[in-house]
Amino acid sequence: MSDLASVQGASAVEMSGVNKWFGSFHVLRDIDLTVKRGERIVICGPSGSGKSTLIRCINRLEEHQEGRIIVDGVELTSDLRSIDAIRADVGMVFQQFNLFPHLTILENCTLAQIWVRRRPKAQAEEIAMKYLTRVRIPEQANKYPAQLSGGQQQRVAIARALCMNPKIMLFDEPTSALDPEMIKEVLDTIRGLAEDGMTMLIVTHEMSFARQVADRIIFMDEGQIIEINRPEEFFAHPKHERTKRFLSQILD
Amino acid sequence: MSAAFVREQTLPPRAAPFAATGAKAWVMQRLFATPRDIAMTVIGFAAFVLIAMPLIRFLFLDAVWRGENRDACAHVLTGACWPFVAAKFNQFIYGFYPLDQLWRPNIVFALGAVLLVPLAIPSAPLKRLNALLFFVVYPVVSFVLLTGGNLNPEHFILGYVIRLEDHVDFVWHGMRAAFWLDYAFSSLALSLAVALIGRVFGTPISTALKVMVGFFALLALLIAPTDADFGLSWVETREWGGLLVTLVVAVTGIVAALPIGILLALGRRSEMRLVRWASVAFIEFWRGVPLITVLFFATYMLPLFLPGGANIERLVRALIGVALFSGAYMAEVVRGGLAAVPKGQYESAAALGLGYWQTMLLIILPQALTNVIPGIVNNFIGLFKDTTLVQIVAILDLLGQIRSAFSDPNWASPTTLYTGFAFAGAIYFAFCFAMSRYSLFLERRAGASQLRMETNRT
Repeated sequence: MSDLASVQGASAVEMSGVNKWFGSFHVLRDIDLTVKRGERIVICGPSGSGKSTLIRCINRLEEHQEGRIIVDGVELTSDLRSIDAIRADVGMVFQQFNLFPHLTILENCTLAQIWVRRRPKAQAEEIAMKYLTRVRIPEQANKYPAQLSGGQQQRVAIARALCMNPKIMLFDEPTSALDPEMIKEVLDTIRGLAEDGMTMLIVTHEMSFARQVADRIIFMDEGQIIEINRPEEFFAHPKHERTKRFLSQILD
Repeated sequence: MSAAFVREQTLPPRAAPFAATGAKAWVMQRLFATPRDIAMTVIGFAAFVLIAMPLIRFLFLDAVWRGENRDACAHVLTGACWPFVAAKFNQFIYGFYPLDQLWRPNIVFALGAVLLVPLAIPSAPLKRLNALLFFVVYPVVSFVLLTGGNLNPEHFILGYVIRLEDHVDFVWHGMRAAFWLDYAFSSLALSLAVALIGRVFGTPISTALKVMVGFFALLALLIAPTDADFGLSWVETREWGGLLVTLVVAVTGIVAALPIGILLALGRRSEMRLVRWASVAFIEFWRGVPLITVLFFATYMLPLFLPGGANIERLVRALIGVALFSGAYMAEVVRGGLAAVPKGQYESAAALGLGYWQTMLLIILPQALTNVIPGIVNNFIGLFKDTTLVQIVAILDLLGQIRSAFSDPNWASPTTLYTGFAFAGAIYFAFCFAMSRYSLFLERRAGASQLRMETNRT
């Protein structure tokens, strides 16, 4: 990796020598990764390869045990206040949506704005409606999550994250829990974000989507980064033997 | 066989094959559908008649309704002696509360009902104001009305060191300046101390000061009415009794149990080891001791441990015992509710930057508590009935008051005992049944929103 100090201003995420264990299971091994501002990274790999854990370390839903992670110029340490500040600046979208079931769609989107960003309610609602319109479901604002389809719920989850004006967005298999006919609407929403220059790390198995959207594709296996490559190279001429095998399994 | 079948029209909906309406159909279906159903119906009806008829005879048909003393009931062996209840009614409801002051508990009862009913109706407006009135203002008002207030506390903190009352003897409406000067100085000193300690942990002094001073100002607002002289005569808790005591103990226990239980449940799941262990120890201690022991301990042994002069009222000691006891039980119910909230809820709250208390109050507890409404109300019902154990420490609740009335030779009759118990049973049943039905209503309401809440699982 290049000199830390020189890239700190330009990079959104800096991971160097990151290691993590679940008990005795070595889940992340010597991860070195720099994500530039505005860069779109897709992470793929077989299940259990540590890709979700990797992005969950970036907003410290998981704690790393070795190495350094610097997010937007702030190093992740056990200082609780810096963690909450980073979390407010890093949006995350989960596989299971994780909307708050006891709140309406609008309340889902305004809650963190009001309590974390300290915005007045009216302003928070205005911003929420703006992003709900952007993910094309403003008319559902007063419904509850369970009244929406999976694809709609996931788009609400994206809007909820965007309402905080995040500098980085993390997507943890955003389409894996969706019925096939709903995958496209969610991917289209993410694609729209990519076109606006949002810094994104996306864990996904949607390879054609990865090819269109990613600046770089990361292939992980057994807790290690096996290959980082530009998408056209990644699919046409994968360098690593393990990558080739993975692609042949997933793309037939 | 033709190669393909294509439906060209949508079939129209048809009526259900078995339409059953009307009373006759209901009776036929529910009661006499099969030979076994007929047998069950007959047996059930017979059992009802066997049990209910004597009860109806006792309560109504053979009962004595009028009379001045035992002579009215002396000859009746199978009917209730209602004049006994009528004659002792005031005692059953108020204990030995001075007769000319009964308007005070009456206002407390009425005010409680007036505040509780709209609080219990989900669609009633002004919930926040209503809750504030019921949980904060009402207890203070009730306290002043029932005891008479005008407590005249001697010292706060500083007063133990400097005898201010030797120098200041100004009194305004029963509030002594000596105490309130003590209060002001002590709370300022305490606030400053806390703010300085907080600074070590990185809390800005001005924030800490604001919070502490605000806290003491609010506390003063609660203490002031109990100190002021409203011209009410002092009624010792020894004179309280009957339903009044039952309700005071039960409502205090119920209102205190939930916040104590929530804090303990959160403590038990805390990541801080000390907090967790302390919570576990507290919960297991109170769950491991019978309420009777708690009441005994609070009444007879606690005074031995407290520093001299600290003489807390007997009823207050029982109230604290009941509150802590029921809080420990409530903690386990709430813990069950917390465990049922999926991990993803914590994670998405954390991912949005919400802090611990925000996550708990805004996201986790609203879901956890709706999950365990039946358990919570079950605890309330249990507590309501357990309050009768305060008899053991010579506090006469409803049942105690009724039992003490049995010994009145004026009303010694064959059925006095049964009449009294029937009356007690009816009152306990009315309260517990109401709570149970209300819980069912809340559950159904939560169930309806649960339908909305169920996230789509794939």
